[in-house]
Amino acid sequence: MFGLNKKDTSFLLIVIALTMATPILLQPFAEGSELAQFNGGYPDLMQKIAIFGIFAVGFNILFGLTGYLSFGHAAFLGIGSYAAVWMMKLLTMNVIPAILLAMIVSGLFAAAIGYVSLRRSGIYFSILTLAFAQMSYKMAYSVLTPLTNGETGLQLALDDPRILDGAAEGSSLPVTNIFGIAMNSSYKLEALGRVFTFNVGYYFCAFIAILAFYVAIRLFRSPFGMMLRAVKSNQQRMTYTGLDPKPYTLAAFVISGMYAGLAGGLLAAMDPLAGADRMLWTASGEVVIMTILGGAGTLMGPVLGAGVIKYLENIFSKINEGVLHDWFSFLPDGVENVVIWVFARFTGEGWHLTLGVTFMLVVTFLPGGLIEGLRRLSKRVKHGSQKRDKYDDPDPEHRPEPGKRVAGE
Amino acid sequence: METILLQLLNGLDKGSAYALIALGLTLIFGTLGVVNFAHGAIFMIGAFCAVTLSKLLNLSFETIDPEKVDFLGNPAKIKTPYVEAWFGPDFGHALIDWSVPLAILFSIPIMIAVGFAMERGLIKHFYKRPHADQILVTFGLAIVLQEVIKYFYGANPISTPAPDAFKGSFDFGAMLGFDPNMIIYPYWRLIYFGFAALVIGAVFSFLQFTTFGMVVRAGMADRETVGLLGINIDRRFTIMFGLAAAVAGVAGVMYAPILSPNYHMGMDFLVLCFVVVVVGGMGSLPGAVAAGFLLGILESFSSMNAVKSLLPGIDQIIIYVVAIVILLTRPRGLMGKKGVMEE
Repeated sequence: MFGLNKKDTSFLLIVIALTMATPILLQPFAEGSELAQFNGGYPDLMQKIAIFGIFAVGFNILFGLTGYLSFGHAAFLGIGSYAAVWMMKLLTMNVIPAILLAMIVSGLFAAAIGYVSLRRSGIYFSILTLAFAQMSYKMAYSVLTPLTNGETGLQLALDDPRILDGAAEGSSLPVTNIFGIAMNSSYKLEALGRVFTFNVGYYFCAFIAILAFYVAIRLFRSPFGMMLRAVKSNQQRMTYTGLDPKPYTLAAFVISGMYAGLAGGLLAAMDPLAGADRMLWTASGEVVIMTILGGAGTLMGPVLGAGVIKYLENIFSKINEGVLHDWFSFLPDGVENVVIWVFARFTGEGWHLTLGVTFMLVVTFLPGGLIEGLRRLSKRVKHGSQKRDKYDDPDPEHRPEPGKRVAGE
Repeated sequence: METILLQLLNGLDKGSAYALIALGLTLIFGTLGVVNFAHGAIFMIGAFCAVTLSKLLNLSFETIDPEKVDFLGNPAKIKTPYVEAWFGPDFGHALIDWSVPLAILFSIPIMIAVGFAMERGLIKHFYKRPHADQILVTFGLAIVLQEVIKYFYGANPISTPAPDAFKGSFDFGAMLGFDPNMIIYPYWRLIYFGFAALVIGAVFSFLQFTTFGMVVRAGMADRETVGLLGINIDRRFTIMFGLAAAVAGVAGVMYAPILSPNYHMGMDFLVLCFVVVVVGGMGSLPGAVAAGFLLGILESFSSMNAVKSLLPGIDQIIIYVVAIVILLTRPRGLMGKKGVMEE
């Protein structure tokens, strides 16, 4: 089905089912219960998970397949956001043209930046992309202020032309929509003591994310994807075979830039605002972390990484000392205070500490990411403690090689 | 003329900081072959050593002076730092005043210990792993160190003044025959430059003129052969890591009066210093120093009004533009050696 083999089709169908059911799955705790604060089923978070999933899937097409580690991918996210907001200011609040423009513009930028950066590999490539991203960030703050509105960020205004929509009525800003259905409208369902929110914006993001995921599967399985893996494993051998790796890597760079632009456009579609902060190199670092944490080079890994990080970020930030007191009140006083002190360092404000420590542990002990961890676990369960053979996996894409990450080594 | 001279001077102190950090990065890369993204964090820890020492010296106890009253009519409380009580007011005050230079002595053992701990505890396990893994794990470490510092010192910059003796500015213009007050330059920045030159000179002569340095250089050229000669090269490389950490640390200590330390200063510098290292040529020590000063000076020149009116916004991006141009025209950087980090 859809040009996929049986295994991939069922894989895609599972992903679709999971995505569609997210508003229910992320709402496991009854309203008003102790644990209700860990429900993640509100639109803002779910949209972010879908959007950053797209971003990470795109990043993975470059990093996971070709091994080129870009440290400046957030630039395309920012450029996409700016392009989308401009489309909403000038043409219409319908999100479709905005997203298309975001993809086109970021694709063009990716072609230009990629053409230059891909002349080098290894750490030089990382530094070049980082330099380009920092340049875009600094320019958005300074010279390009007429286009980007500098520190305030690009926002909608009442006197924007919006040619297709006509003049704004009343004094409130228009909301983003898709053919008249507002993005922020949602349907709430109360059942089983839980409130499920089905949000138009989320389902729109989810739809796009599934499309993007489908394209990624096709790409992974295509001859083109095979070429990209060849770039990663041995460029020299590829050249000797009579193939030029350049066009393939550039194409991968542009595709992954367009994915980033799409994610940026979606961010703007959910909340019509674009700021230069999205291009900062820490944002680029975030997508690297997501991809590695989930498992670079696998299909599901980046999505999983994005979901886990965005969910935990939300949840961890909520846990303060008061919550910890409730949890550990069964302990004797002295012990309780020590335990709470330790946990408080890692929660609330300390979320980044947790992220850093987790990331270090994953890179050190589990280079294949969470996917690799799950695989090992399921193997343990299946085969007991018998010795694992590294090469018995029938599906090579799902077994990322630890090592050989940066091309050109 | 005088504006050019002024910008040249302004570029020197920033260039010194770049050069010192880039020197440490290159030392680590040249010896251990590790790309250390946590080096900026080491610079930051150095700066916080200065903060810590100045806080320690300022620890004080309160006494009640029955003769004076404050504006509410209560007996006035007078804070006396312990050091002033112990060593007499004059010497104690001098100690507090000179806390930043003193912090150099205080920081060197700490930084060497931090360096050893990092190398033995973490980076050792990454020698055989690809560069991307090294980048990622040290990036994670940098985040962790940054958050730890943020927990202990808060998110706001902490101002750490230079000694009173160096508070003023030096009238350079008058010395060279220009009008007075045309070219003035804060003493501390002058000292920073001198200090950086001293440290760089010391590192180079250590590598060039001592037996230890000779062995290290031999190890950089061919680690395996040196190992086969019965020399424990790993231990020497670990010591070099400690040395590189100490260089970045003292660079941070001395920079504290110029830029009030905050927890993300390390990351801010790190990105620039990587650009510096790459421009200088991966693995080349003179290249790193030269590129550090070059980029520092270029950065300050591009912030001149004349240049800015010609090319608006250039001061923000000049470093990156230079980096891109150099990497594309001289792929190995200014003084890069063949065979380092190549295909």
